[in-house]
Amino acid sequence: MTPLLIVLLPFVGLILPIILARHSHTAATVGALIPTTLSFGLLLSLAGDVFAGEVFVASWPWIETLGMNLSFRVDGLGMLFAILILGIGTLVVLYAHFYLSDSDPRGRFFGALLAFMGAMLGVVLAENVLLLAFFWEITSLSSFLLIAYWTHVPLARQGARMALAITGMGGLLLFAGLLLVGHIVGSYELSAILANGALIQGHDLYVPALILVLMGAFTKSAQFPFHFWLPNAMTAPTPVSAYLHSATMVKAGVFLLARMHPALSGTPEWFFIVTGAGLVTLTFAAYVALFKHDLKGLLAYSTISHLGLITVLFGFGTPMAALVGVFHILNHAAFKASLFMSVGIVDHETGTRDMRILGGLRHAMPITATLATLGAAAMAGIPGFNGFISKEMLFYESWKLPFIENEWVVPVIVTVGGLLSMAYSVRLVIDTFFGEEGDTPAKPHDPPFGMWLPVALLVAVCVVVGVYPSIAEPIVNAAALATIGGVMPEGYEHLSLWHGFNAAVVMSLIAIFGGAAFFMLRHKLFALAERYWPNLHGKLVFEGLVERVVDATRATTASLENGSLQRYVMLLIAFVVAAGALPFFLFDFAPGNLPATELEPVTIVIFGIFVAACLGVVANHKRRLTAIVTLSVVGLVVSLSFVKFSAPDLALTQLSVEVVTILLLLLALYVLPKETPSEGGFSLRKVRDGILASVAGLGTGWMSYMVMTRPQDSISMTHLEKAYYPVGGGTNVVNVTLVDIRGFDTMGEVAVLAMAGLGIFALLARLNPEHIHGVTRRVLDRYPVMLTSATRPLLSLILVMAVYIFMRGHYLPGGGFIAGLVATVALIIQYMASGQQWSSERMPVNFRIMAIIGVTIAVLSGATSLALGKPMMTMLVPLGEPGTVMTLYFDLGVFLGVVGAMMTILTSLGVLSRPASAETLAHSKETNPWKP
Amino acid sequence: MNNWIVIPILLPMLTALACALIPASKIAIQRTLSLAASLALVATGFFMISQTMSGEIFSYAMGSWSAPFGIVVVVDRLSAMMVALTSVVAFCVLAYASQGADKRGPYFHFLFQFQVLGICGAFLTGDIFNLFVFFEILLLASYNLLVYSGGKKRLKAGIHYVILNLVGSALFLIGVSTLYGITGTLNMADMAVQVAALGPEDQAILQAGALVLMVVFALKAALLPLYLWLPGVYSAATAPVAALFAVLTKVGVYAILRTSTLIFGPEAGVGADLIAPYLFPLALLTLFFGMVGAMGSHRLRHMTGYLIIASLGTMLASIGLFTEASISGALYYLVHSTLNMALFFLLIERVSAQRGPFTDEIRIGWKLTQPTLLGLIFFGVAVAAAGLPPFSGFLGKLLMLQAAIDEPGGFWMWAVILFTSLLGLIALSRVGTQVFWKGTEVNDARAEKVERTTALQAAPLVAILAILAAYSAFAGPVTEYTDEVAAQLLDPQQYIDAVMVEPAFFPDTGMSDDLRNKDH
Repeated sequence: MTPLLIVLLPFVGLILPIILARHSHTAATVGALIPTTLSFGLLLSLAGDVFAGEVFVASWPWIETLGMNLSFRVDGLGMLFAILILGIGTLVVLYAHFYLSDSDPRGRFFGALLAFMGAMLGVVLAENVLLLAFFWEITSLSSFLLIAYWTHVPLARQGARMALAITGMGGLLLFAGLLLVGHIVGSYELSAILANGALIQGHDLYVPALILVLMGAFTKSAQFPFHFWLPNAMTAPTPVSAYLHSATMVKAGVFLLARMHPALSGTPEWFFIVTGAGLVTLTFAAYVALFKHDLKGLLAYSTISHLGLITVLFGFGTPMAALVGVFHILNHAAFKASLFMSVGIVDHETGTRDMRILGGLRHAMPITATLATLGAAAMAGIPGFNGFISKEMLFYESWKLPFIENEWVVPVIVTVGGLLSMAYSVRLVIDTFFGEEGDTPAKPHDPPFGMWLPVALLVAVCVVVGVYPSIAEPIVNAAALATIGGVMPEGYEHLSLWHGFNAAVVMSLIAIFGGAAFFMLRHKLFALAERYWPNLHGKLVFEGLVERVVDATRATTASLENGSLQRYVMLLIAFVVAAGALPFFLFDFAPGNLPATELEPVTIVIFGIFVAACLGVVANHKRRLTAIVTLSVVGLVVSLSFVKFSAPDLALTQLSVEVVTILLLLLALYVLPKETPSEGGFSLRKVRDGILASVAGLGTGWMSYMVMTRPQDSISMTHLEKAYYPVGGGTNVVNVTLVDIRGFDTMGEVAVLAMAGLGIFALLARLNPEHIHGVTRRVLDRYPVMLTSATRPLLSLILVMAVYIFMRGHYLPGGGFIAGLVATVALIIQYMASGQQWSSERMPVNFRIMAIIGVTIAVLSGATSLALGKPMMTMLVPLGEPGTVMTLYFDLGVFLGVVGAMMTILTSLGVLSRPASAETLAHSKETNPWKP
Repeated sequence: MNNWIVIPILLPMLTALACALIPASKIAIQRTLSLAASLALVATGFFMISQTMSGEIFSYAMGSWSAPFGIVVVVDRLSAMMVALTSVVAFCVLAYASQGADKRGPYFHFLFQFQVLGICGAFLTGDIFNLFVFFEILLLASYNLLVYSGGKKRLKAGIHYVILNLVGSALFLIGVSTLYGITGTLNMADMAVQVAALGPEDQAILQAGALVLMVVFALKAALLPLYLWLPGVYSAATAPVAALFAVLTKVGVYAILRTSTLIFGPEAGVGADLIAPYLFPLALLTLFFGMVGAMGSHRLRHMTGYLIIASLGTMLASIGLFTEASISGALYYLVHSTLNMALFFLLIERVSAQRGPFTDEIRIGWKLTQPTLLGLIFFGVAVAAAGLPPFSGFLGKLLMLQAAIDEPGGFWMWAVILFTSLLGLIALSRVGTQVFWKGTEVNDARAEKVERTTALQAAPLVAILAILAAYSAFAGPVTEYTDEVAAQLLDPQQYIDAVMVEPAFFPDTGMSDDLRNKDH
């Protein structure tokens, strides 16, 4: 339970500073300290046992499918890092209390800081590697919020975005890598992974997995060429830089190297990739650091360089090198955090971090100067400080490498790195605290006690470990043991200051004195650098790349999604043609063996008309009235073909649907211009579309042919049989299907119709007819007398017919749907012949309500059977008399739904044609383009 | 009698009709009714999950006509899960819309409930023609919802949408009638049986008909090259409508998944592995171009539309591998992505309301009046959308990547998912910093135009975020369920056995055979 609590406490506790920040600054700080110290206390309670070699593992299942468990592991390595995270975390909270200004929102700061702390603890204490990656990404996210803490500063936002992009990318790749590692081992638990190094290294996927994991480590630990996010993240408040960008988050990468060391290290791939990246980073960053005039910039590159150094050590793959790596993690965290805080104090008190302005601060800020000098001495690797010991051990180890032929290469590079490290350390101290006093924006003085105390504590660690290194032995040994995988390196006894006179001592001397000399020459070097150092900034490259990618995506998107419906339809048709045609190329096919029906002259004529009409619609599509009339011929031929193939119900339906839709279309022409805008003359696009349309049409015909030549054996045979009494209760199988067998479909379709009616009403109700060109004049035409007088008597006749068709539907061709359409035709004719106003006055019916009620009746008659313990839509429920069935009510609902919906559409369209006001009329006469 | 099966159809239907009969002036009553029904639907959804937990599949014969002669409604694990998801999204969206968005046009609740009904019906029906009917209900409801609040832009998008979908409907009919012509049935379980028994001479025509149908589903699911309509349409819709539309595309995904496992699975003889060769590459391309579109968007709504496309590509690619683990991962991700995208649309409306003339444009505009509330929600949404922890998108992607390791296309799956995740991360962080952190201060003159987000408006947003967090925390039991869903899908015989009861039964009218001649 304890490991879980250690990780969870900062997450749970992050609410405390957010709430308490409303009271006072102190309350917020206390709120942040409570979870930190509690968690720290819990951690330390395990420390003794861990130093003694015990490993605590606690596990709860989370997602078993994935193999992702909430399992934690406290071993030496985790303990070392957790102590750094919580120890330095406590100091940073204290320091930030004084550092933040009154206008900075403290709740947000400490909240994000605690989230980061928890995530970081999760990374170092995870036993499950997927859990490790989970927390890894959360550190990226919370650091994003911390870097961009001053959201109004553009550089802070850019820096945060860049950090997120780079470390987020690394996180993704790490995930992939760890998935592969887990896949190879068959478990994501570290215990299993660490014990199966040989299995992993012998697997085909070892190299991809290794590279992916290393990408995670290198991006997080700012190894070349991914280093550039770190200096740009320095726009963060200094406590964040001290905490995230020196002591903890950037160490997550090297932590990962240490963590996976037993499983992945020891191969040539590991050696060359890791050592190589580390060596380049170590020297390159140290060199750049020397030229940084910004104190934080110098420290940032110095951090990158030292991370490179640690990477080099883990890259060696030897047990002793790993031990030194662990030791240097501890040392670097101590001196670098202290230096960041010192620099923050300088910035805070003087208002600048530019070493060209600063100088001589030792008089005004003696305490800060002393602490910073001691910290820098540790960074430079001066004997007597912790940095010296680990560097010396690195020099020594650099001679004992596997896989490499020329044994001089690595020692020379690391010596150069040490030399540069010395040079920039000296520069930091001399240019800031010695020399002439600079003209700083603010008058400097030493900070309050609470602000320098954390620095002093960290510097104390540097000195004590430097003089008396064996004090760090328990923690270093325990961590090293976990990194190496169980056995301490041969020949190692104690951490000590003096190992006797050997090559490493010479290298140290070269580094120290060479570095000092390098520092003396700095002004010449700066001048040279001004002239020859390529003006290449990772940040600019990155930003430029992102801009280019964004531009490319914009161009791609704009060219694809061009807002043209024609294109989208073309793609749909082309895609479906391809999909439909493909199987005929892949597989055998043959038409069925049914004989063709005999071709009669009538058929030929009728279908000749059909084809001609279709072509006519296409040819006339710009003249809308002509097109619609031609279209009605198409519909008519379809109904005739239904008659021909003995489907009277379908013929009736098709006929009435045809009449109603054509009439509605004609009405809709009122609100449309008479002609479609010209599409231009001949074009390749038209040819393409023509070919596509023809292929699609012929393809559909081909598929119909393939189907219709095959013998039919379908469920409709059973329908034919069962539609009659006693099961279906009717003799018209079409109607029985519509209202009973598939009444559920009908119910849905009537609802669709009602929705269409209401939708058209809602749409047109917004339209102001006075804004439509050309409508008003046409409406003023007289209604033709012949038509008016002929249609009025027709109304009752057709309505009677509708009732007749309705009643007989269950037994003979007819039914609610057809009857509804016929009744609609009767009403529409009145509207057309006598006008909207005349008809509406005589028929005060709310057709929308009628449509809804129709659907409701249909639904309720379908649901009645539920009350009688039968499944929904059971139509022939015995309600007393045989034959008293729900189908009639259901069909009534359909009838009302159809009439209501259709008439709603009609009246909505009709409203548009009502006479306009005199004023608009006068106006429209002048602007009306169709005025005769 | 398992009458509870029809609740997700009957309840929204009756609610919709009631809402249409209540006058617009009594919107409070409509809201109460609509919300109550929606809440009841949530309960029904989870009841369905609990019922299917044992693995039982429930088949309900509409009108007492047994399969394959009548229409059956079938509840298996997948259907139950999809209905539950729909109900949760619908309830949250409705709670948000009831804060005023439902008054921007007539018949909102009527249309909303019909939309829910159409979605649930599509998830439940066991009949392929009935699926067409529910597609029509969906189409009409969504078209009306799209234009219900008026506006030229919406109308134009609406016309694009309706025309494309009408072409889709026509193709659906061509596909279904071909399948009916070859197999002689409309019942999906029966069709599975019939397809498996077909001879090689029927292979080409069967697959042609089936692929035409799949193209229609792909249109709904916005698969490349048929995704281009989506960003324009979704960004034209009002927030609650767009949020509900987040479920709409999942109907297409569902239809692809259902038919390709039930009817065209590996055991389907000449119909076997119908889309397996094509779905995976097309889906990965969809993911890629979706994310490219998200990055290249100028507006937040547009971007969300493209993020939906990308997420559809992701889940369809995983489905395209057709293994238990890959389908399970895709389903886990589907729920996450639907909720998250719904939330995104709602959030964008709140953000737009505080940016004056800049609305949802991705550039520096007015500073938000409530940066903390909206910023935090955005952070959550963006983290979830980018697939980062602690939200569930991360777990979903992990599940899918894991499932792809040993598959032939595994490398491409990994490469595309990882690369697009990075693109998404960069795109979202750019958007976040531009919209939420940059901007000019709102002065007094502007302050009038700024609409504050009330607690009641924020509540549904926070609720969805909380659901996402819980979905992540309880990923263990959830993935156990999705594993079982996938296992059930890959064993279609279970579904067939549940639907094709022996012997077939017909309505028992209590009438005697003598009546047959009564009329004649």
